[in-house]
Amino acid sequence: MGLNRRVFLGTMSAAAAALSAPRVLGQARPRVVVIGGGCGGATLSRYLAKDSAGAIDVTLIEAQRSYNTCFFGNLYIGGFWRIEDTAFGYAKLATDYGVNVVHEFAVGVDRDAKVVTTGSGATFGYDRLVVAPGIDFKEGSVPGWDLSAQDAMPHAYKGGTQVQLLKAQIAAMPQGGVFAMVAPPNPYRCPPGPYERVCMVAHLLKQSNPTAKILIADPKESFSKQGLFEEAWERHYPGMITRIGPDMGGKAVEVRPDTMEIVIDGEAQEVDVCNVIPAMRAGNIAAIAGLTNEAGWVPVDPATMATRADGAVFALGDSTQQGDMPKSGFSANSQAKVAANVIRGQLTGSRIFPAKYSNTCWSLLAPEDGVKVGASYEPTPEKIASVESFVSQKGEDADLRRRTYEESLGWYAGITADMFG
Amino acid sequence: MRLGLAAAAVFAATAATAADRLGDVEKGAAIFAQQCRSCHEIGEGARNRVGPQLNGIFDRKAGTAAGATYSRNMVRMGSDGLHWTLATLDAYLANPRALVSGTRMSFRGLQDPADRADVIAFLREYSAMPQNIPESAPTARKTPPGIDPAVLDIKGDAEYGEYLAQECTTCHQRDGSDRGIPSITGWPEEDFVIAMHSYKVDLRPHPVMQMMAKRLSDEEIAALAAYFGTLD
Ligand SMILES: Cc1cc2nc3c(=O)[nH]c(=O)nc-3n(C[C@H](O)[C@H](O)[C@H](O)COP(=O)(O)OP(=O)(O)OC[C@H]3O[C@@H](n4cnc5c(N)ncnc54)[C@H](O)[C@@H]3O)c2cc1C
Repeated sequence: MGLNRRVFLGTMSAAAAALSAPRVLGQARPRVVVIGGGCGGATLSRYLAKDSAGAIDVTLIEAQRSYNTCFFGNLYIGGFWRIEDTAFGYAKLATDYGVNVVHEFAVGVDRDAKVVTTGSGATFGYDRLVVAPGIDFKEGSVPGWDLSAQDAMPHAYKGGTQVQLLKAQIAAMPQGGVFAMVAPPNPYRCPPGPYERVCMVAHLLKQSNPTAKILIADPKESFSKQGLFEEAWERHYPGMITRIGPDMGGKAVEVRPDTMEIVIDGEAQEVDVCNVIPAMRAGNIAAIAGLTNEAGWVPVDPATMATRADGAVFALGDSTQQGDMPKSGFSANSQAKVAANVIRGQLTGSRIFPAKYSNTCWSLLAPEDGVKVGASYEPTPEKIASVESFVSQKGEDADLRRRTYEESLGWYAGITADMFG
Repeated sequence: MRLGLAAAAVFAATAATAADRLGDVEKGAAIFAQQCRSCHEIGEGARNRVGPQLNGIFDRKAGTAAGATYSRNMVRMGSDGLHWTLATLDAYLANPRALVSGTRMSFRGLQDPADRADVIAFLREYSAMPQNIPESAPTARKTPPGIDPAVLDIKGDAEYGEYLAQECTTCHQRDGSDRGIPSITGWPEEDFVIAMHSYKVDLRPHPVMQMMAKRLSDEEIAALAAYFGTLD
C-alpha cells in the first residue's frame, strides 16, 4: 500500500481510540446482558465491547458452544457448502473483545430486579438486557407435528444437526420418491428460505434421483422472489416441483410422522421425506420475560430496538416485531448495530446517531445462478419502514447470476466475521 | 481529510497518472468511426459483425463475447487469463499480433499512444462496469460527470462516520479479502467519496451499493471519509 492509502476498516490507532474512549456515567461499570449469540446477539456483543473499549461489562449468555448459521444450510443441502463451514465459536468474542461468554440456557428474567437466571441457577444482574433468542415454533400449527416428531419429519429451520438429518434423509430416498415440504405461514425466519431449499433439494435429486418429485404445501398466496423461483424451477428442474397453494388445500395440512403421510385437503399421501416448517414465534425466553404480544413476537421501538414493554430491555432479530424488515441474519445484524449505539450512549454518554437499517438476502437457484432481494429502512413512529428496495430480475444473463452467487459467498464471510470477530 | 503533505503529493501524482491515461472521448469516436467501425459495432443494440461487438469490453475475458467468432489463439489466451484492461487494450491496439498471435483482427495497429488513449476512452463509455473498488484499472476515471466537485470539500464528522461504516462490514470483509465482494480496505479517501457519489447517481452499477449510497447525504459520505482519515 502506498503512503496515500489509509486502511478503511483496520484497527484504530491507539491515539484515536483514546480520544473516543467513552466517559462512564455513575461509578460502577455498567452491565449489559445479552441472551442469544446469533446474528443479533453476537453482533451486538462484539460492537458494544469493542466500541466501549472496556467501559461496559458485556455478558453473552448463549446455550450452544458452537453456532451453526442457518444461512448457507440450504447450500450445504445442495452440496455447495460444507457443514463444518457453517460452524462458529465464541472464543474471539471472549479473548479479542473481552465479552464474558456464558454457555448456558437463560431460563428466567426478573425485570423488576433486573436479573437473568440461567439453568445452573446462576444469576446475572444488568443495567440493560438484550434479548436475541431467534425463533421457536408455534405448538399445533401443523396438526400431527410437534417437536417430538422432528427426527421423523425435520424442520431443519435451525442450523446444524437438523439440516444434516434432512440431507441424509434426502440421500436415502428411493428412486422416484417424494420429498414433501410444509411451508410456513407469515411471518417467519428467512422469507425466501423454504424456496431456496426447494431449489437445492431439486439440484441434489436431479443428479442422484432424477425421477423423484418435490411437493410443497403452502399456506401463503404468494412468497418472496416468487417469480424468480418459479422461473428457476421451470428452467432447471422442469416437471419436478409442484406447489399446492392455499386455494388447493395447502393451508389445512396435517402430517402423520408414524406412517410418513401428509394429508392435503383430506387426502393422505405417503411421502419419503417430509420437511415440516411450522409457524413461528419469538424464542421462548422472550415470552418468559413477558415481552411478547398475542402473536408471539416482541414489539420494539423502531428508532432504538428497545422493547415496547421495558425501556431497559432491547430485542433484536427474528424475535422482534418491528415493521417491514424481513426476519433475516442481515436484518438482525443491522438492528444490532443500531441498538449497540443506543445502549452505549445511554450507559456511557457517547453520541447516539440516527438509526439506519438495511437488508439483502441472496438465494441460490442452481449452480452459479444466484439472485438477491434487498431494501433499506428507516424508523417511523409506528414501525421500521422500507425506504427503497430492489430485486433481481427474471431472465438476467448467466454472468450476472454467477456474480450474484459469488457475492453471496463474500457476504457470508463478511457477516460471520462481523458477528464473531 | 487529513492527508499528510507527502501523502497528498503522492496522491496527486497517482491521480494525475490515472487521468493522463484516459484520452479524449470525442477524438476517440472519430478514430473509431474511421478505423474500427467497418468490423466492430458498439453502443445500443450492437451486434457481432466481422469482429465482436464491443460493449462491456473492459474486464471482459478475451474471446468471450457471446456468439462472436474468434481465432483459436484468442480464445486460448482468454482461458489463460487475458482480460481487457487499459493496459492490455493499449497493447493490443498498438500491435494486435504482438499481443495475440494468430488473431483474426487484420489491423496494423495505432502507432500514436494518444490515438490509442482516445479510442480507449471512447470504448470505455460503453463499458461502465467497474468491477473493483477503488476506481481502478481497468476502468479508472478521475471525476465522474454529474458530481459537484464541492462535495469533495465537505468536512465530515468522523465519529458519525465510524457509526455509519459499521453498515459496510455486513458484506465487505474486514480482512481485505475480495472474494465475491470487493475489498474496501486501503481505500484512498477521495476515491471513496467519488465512488459513493457515483453510486448515488447510478453511474456505478450495483443495486445494493446504489441503494446504500442514495440514503447517505453528502455530509454522511463526508463523515465516512473523515472516519477513514482516523485509521492507520
Ligand atoms: C434455511 C435458512 C436460510 C437462511 N438464509 C439466510 C440468508 O441467506 N441470509 C440471511 O440474512 N438470513 C438467512 N436466514 C435467516 C437467519 O438465519 C436468521 O434470520 C438469523 O439467524 C436471526 O438471528 P437472531 O439473532 O434473531 O437469531 P439466531 O441467529 O437464531 O440466534 C439465536 C441464538 O440464541 C440462542 N438462544 C435462544 N434461546 C436461548 C436461551 N434461552 N438461552 C441462551 N441462548 C439462547 C440460540 O442458541 C441461538 O444461538 C436463513 C434461515 C434459514 C432457516
